[in-house]
Amino acid sequence: MIRNSLAALSCLWIIVFSIPSHAELTVDVTLGVENSIPIAIVPFGGPQGGSDENLASIIAADLARSGRFKVLPESQMLERPSTPEQVQFTTWKTLGQDNLGIGRVRQTGTDRYEAQFELFDAVRGTQLANSSLPYTTAESRKTAHRIADIIYKQLTGEDGAFASRIAYVTVSPGSGLNDRRYTLQVADADGFNPQAIVNSPEPIMSPAWSPDGKKIAYVSFENKRPAIFIQTLSSREREKVSELPGINGAPAWSPDGTQLALTLSKDGNPEIYVMDLTHRSLRRVTDHFAIDTEPAWSRDGKQLVFTSDRGGKPQLYSVASTGGQPQRITFEGDYNARGAFSPDGKSLAMVHGNGGDYRIAVLDMASKQLRVLTPGSLDESPSFAPNGSMILYASQNGERAGLSTLSSNGKVREGLRIKAGEAGEAREPAWSP
Amino acid sequence: MKFLQTGLVLLTSTLFASGCGSSGRTKPYAMDGIRADGGAEVAKYGEGAGDALGTTSPSRGTSPAGPLAKRVIYFVYDSSEVQPEYLPVINSHANYLASNKGKTVVLQGHADERGSPEYNIALGEQRSQSVAKLMKLQGVGDNQIQMVSFGEEKAAVFGHGENAWQQNRRVEITYSER
Repeated sequence: MIRNSLAALSCLWIIVFSIPSHAELTVDVTLGVENSIPIAIVPFGGPQGGSDENLASIIAADLARSGRFKVLPESQMLERPSTPEQVQFTTWKTLGQDNLGIGRVRQTGTDRYEAQFELFDAVRGTQLANSSLPYTTAESRKTAHRIADIIYKQLTGEDGAFASRIAYVTVSPGSGLNDRRYTLQVADADGFNPQAIVNSPEPIMSPAWSPDGKKIAYVSFENKRPAIFIQTLSSREREKVSELPGINGAPAWSPDGTQLALTLSKDGNPEIYVMDLTHRSLRRVTDHFAIDTEPAWSRDGKQLVFTSDRGGKPQLYSVASTGGQPQRITFEGDYNARGAFSPDGKSLAMVHGNGGDYRIAVLDMASKQLRVLTPGSLDESPSFAPNGSMILYASQNGERAGLSTLSSNGKVREGLRIKAGEAGEAREPAWSP
Repeated sequence: MKFLQTGLVLLTSTLFASGCGSSGRTKPYAMDGIRADGGAEVAKYGEGAGDALGTTSPSRGTSPAGPLAKRVIYFVYDSSEVQPEYLPVINSHANYLASNKGKTVVLQGHADERGSPEYNIALGEQRSQSVAKLMKLQGVGDNQIQMVSFGEEKAAVFGHGENAWQQNRRVEITYSER
């Protein structure tokens, strides 16, 4: 029933699943995006700098995915101005467009281009922002993302995250179960321009960005057992930081980048430890015979949220990062795991299991309200955008695992276009700082 | 006596050179001509798999065989408790290891795809530990058992739904020479 009504909607409609304090699931499906900002981005004039897509459509897709904008479809545009002189504000006001973005590209040399862009308040007929961005063919999509960031900042007052990156693992089945390839990839925030970082016939898991965005910690089974590596993206140099007996998993950087929380079972069962990255010394944080794993740092670095089944089923707990008595923080549903803080520390995303479905939910840390945001049955690995506006997660679409984004207000969901090969899957996403 | 029993089981398994799952629930699952019964995969990642039991590739053959030929223990959802039906399998391997101190096993723990990947790593390890604990009770030495958990990363069977999931929640027993 839910599935049918969802299928009937095109990709950009509001889907809010909210679970108040009682256990009953309520589903609100609203057409149109309330409180979202109307904007028209007119196709840019000029050669588009070698991009096979008009910069304007890349910008429009970015803005729409954030859930904060209602973007006018190109087919409804009556005029296509690309210079300020061509703009007639009354046309756009009639179309209900409060904001108008126009631009043009000109070639300035061999593989050298420049995008000139203007943003207008169409109601008042005033210019809100303009910029001029030089770029090469390889940078054309990035240039569009930068312009989307400028628009986002101008109209919401918050930093955009469209020019950030995402890391994830692709699994290609090859000729069968014994021939899988696991590849750690880094791509643009919209899933384009993927670059392979590590490739292995054995599993790669749990990529985690350093706070400065220069390194990624991950788990690799390349020696037939798990080890944690830290790899510098620019040089591709990497270092093995943990390969103790048992589990070496779930690396998580402290907000200041000097420590790595991780899961080790060297003493018999999975416990949370904190590694000082300078001296490589280990400090044990949890001590319980149950499973303790998936540490996530609070914004101030003082608390760690982790998954534990010490109460019988997996739930999230919080403990001082120096150790102490953990406090349970999730109570709804029979499975809550893999906590991920929003950048402002006010919300915690998680995998929320209830009645056999695994969905992404967000806990408001102050009000303790839990909102279930996805309609899937096998959703996992939530990760916030650096501005907190969106959540990236892994989900099952038909037979294949793919990545999706979700606006943090729950309004917009969109599957990312991840090119993982013919029958490949994309999993375990992590959004860069 | 124990030695004799083991010898008999060994002989039986050699004769039948059997696949690792043969009873209803643990039935190997064929897909695209590849038998995805875990055995084939174990052979690839283990060292000298098959040698200890005198069998050839554990993925070949469909004849029923003794408990030593079964090398996969299956679990119920989110549980690391060994089901009673698998105790004879574990006991047979434990008896064999206890009387062959030069042999070692790797217990590879796995989980189904549901829930969080790192939690599933922990769950897979607990499943390996449950099997290890039972083996040690039968006199198998600590140094004869190695454990590694792959969580949900290496499904034995592709697909979603209980049929695939129940075949993926497992511990695979792989032999190696010391």
